[in-house]
Amino acid sequence: MPGITREEVAHLARLARLELKDEELDHFAGQLDDILGAVARVSEVADQDVPPTSHPLPLTNVMRADEVRPSLTPEQALSGAPAQEQQRFKVPQILGED
Amino acid sequence: MTVTTDLVSYEDALASYDPVMGLEVHVELGTKTKMFCGCSTTLGADANSQTCPTCLGLPGSLPVVNAIGVESAIKIGLALNCSIAEWCRFARKNYFYPDMPKNFQTSQYDEPIAFDGYLDVQLEDGEVFRVEIERAHMEEDTGKSTHVGGATGRIHGASHSLLDYNRAGIPLIEIVTKPIEGAGERAPEVAKAYVAELREVIKSLDVSEARMDKGQMRCDVNLSLRPNGTKEFGTRSETKNVNSLRSVERAARFEIQRHAAVLSSGGTIVQETRHFHEDDGSTTSGRIKDNAEDYRYFPEPDLVPVAPAREWVEELRAGLPEMPRVRRNRLREEWGVTEHDMQSMLNAGAVDPIVATIDAGAPADQARKWWMGELARNANEQGKALDELSITPEQVARVTALVAAGDLNDKLARQVIEGVLAGEGDPDAVVEKRGLKVVSDEGALTAAVEEAIAGNQAIADKIRGGKVAAAGALVGAVMKATRGQADAARVKELILEKLGVEG
Repeated sequence: MPGITREEVAHLARLARLELKDEELDHFAGQLDDILGAVARVSEVADQDVPPTSHPLPLTNVMRADEVRPSLTPEQALSGAPAQEQQRFKVPQILGED
Repeated sequence: MTVTTDLVSYEDALASYDPVMGLEVHVELGTKTKMFCGCSTTLGADANSQTCPTCLGLPGSLPVVNAIGVESAIKIGLALNCSIAEWCRFARKNYFYPDMPKNFQTSQYDEPIAFDGYLDVQLEDGEVFRVEIERAHMEEDTGKSTHVGGATGRIHGASHSLLDYNRAGIPLIEIVTKPIEGAGERAPEVAKAYVAELREVIKSLDVSEARMDKGQMRCDVNLSLRPNGTKEFGTRSETKNVNSLRSVERAARFEIQRHAAVLSSGGTIVQETRHFHEDDGSTTSGRIKDNAEDYRYFPEPDLVPVAPAREWVEELRAGLPEMPRVRRNRLREEWGVTEHDMQSMLNAGAVDPIVATIDAGAPADQARKWWMGELARNANEQGKALDELSITPEQVARVTALVAAGDLNDKLARQVIEGVLAGEGDPDAVVEKRGLKVVSDEGALTAAVEEAIAGNQAIADKIRGGKVAAAGALVGAVMKATRGQADAARVKELILEKLGVEG
């Protein structure tokens, strides 16, 4: 059975840029444990001869011809941006002073 | 910058340590559209004018892979002697960084389309070194960041950044070598030769222009040292975005000297990325790679698997061009030139124009003479590459044909080339406009010869007396009178004939 620790939840939260309080770490550790436990039951019925499924439809090789299609205008592309400058998406400081 | 790094001499480093390298090269494909959407890939467009809901990662959009992108990946894999996957998937590489609006890069993880190959590279002295290829996989490029408010556009100290996503989604093929061992002191040279050879292969496949100066090909250099005679790899550093052949060699050399200094003073190498500085060839610390590997890859649900039919793969294999190293060796033998001369032609970018000129009918030696002489000089003066000159191989071939037919001599041919380069039209048009044809009218030549004899009786007497070498002065006089447009050999014949002397 999977057992997920507080530390693992904290690590995942950091990777997902989520700020969690201490009590939330405990709370989610329990919930994630339940979820992983439920998913793990699949492996009880799926034996070695059942390949893992990543796609529900038996499709392969869906490809597109290399032909240019119209793009959005810069105005349209930027219309959902919280901030913009010089026709570019403006984002907050990426690295601090270090 | 005043960062000083302790280094030991290259010789001392190699006396104690054995370098192991890993090279990761990203090649931007020359497709018309992006990897997963129909946005144009033309360089230099207005900021954010080549994006759509798919490459911006807007909700509800669905990617579809570019068929030419897949085909190019297979061609590259085949050219690198790789196996081509029968079935493979794309994967999401999750990370938070604003250069990808989706918060993940669509890449491939444990199922690359091409794997287990090799590329033989030839060093300048002719030694052949086999570089083994781990994999070549398909992915997409990121957007372009501009950092504002810091010193000289650096990310450190910037107040904010601006993103242009035109480049986000342009097809990339990442080619990763297996650890390159056994190169010893030649490791930096092998790194450079590998990247150079890879670039030639990519160009020959016509899947990318592979211009490093335009960022179409970029190299990351992984390097570690281990004490001589040991097997286990040391801790590596990864120098990112080394963007010229010379820099690849310098970065490897610098890291060997830096690692050796750290290790020999009892220190340990930190596993980190490093930035390369073109100005002084040094590297400086980037980010520490602690949990950076935690990209939580998972199969991309929005793209179906790619399962290249074996017939398609074989068709692509059959259509591969002659590989550059094989072609170079063949041409070197056909032309009967030395390794060194061949290298000069390669370095000058003259091989393709020379071959095209020969294909257009010129003798090989003439084609080489013009491209490596007059034209190379001209390109150098203009700061251009040979293939950027405004003369075509066909035009050069036409000039050599005019020389062979006796219509032009070398001096006139140079003027014709000059005229073509100056935009005066085809060789024949330049000959016409500038009046450059060799005077082959015997009457006019005979008159000029008689005039020269009449005006230089003393010399004429010497020649009559048997001093045939003195004829040169009379030839000069005739050439001057005809403004260089006479066939000098014929002039000499006529002079000797007139004076009744056997040549």
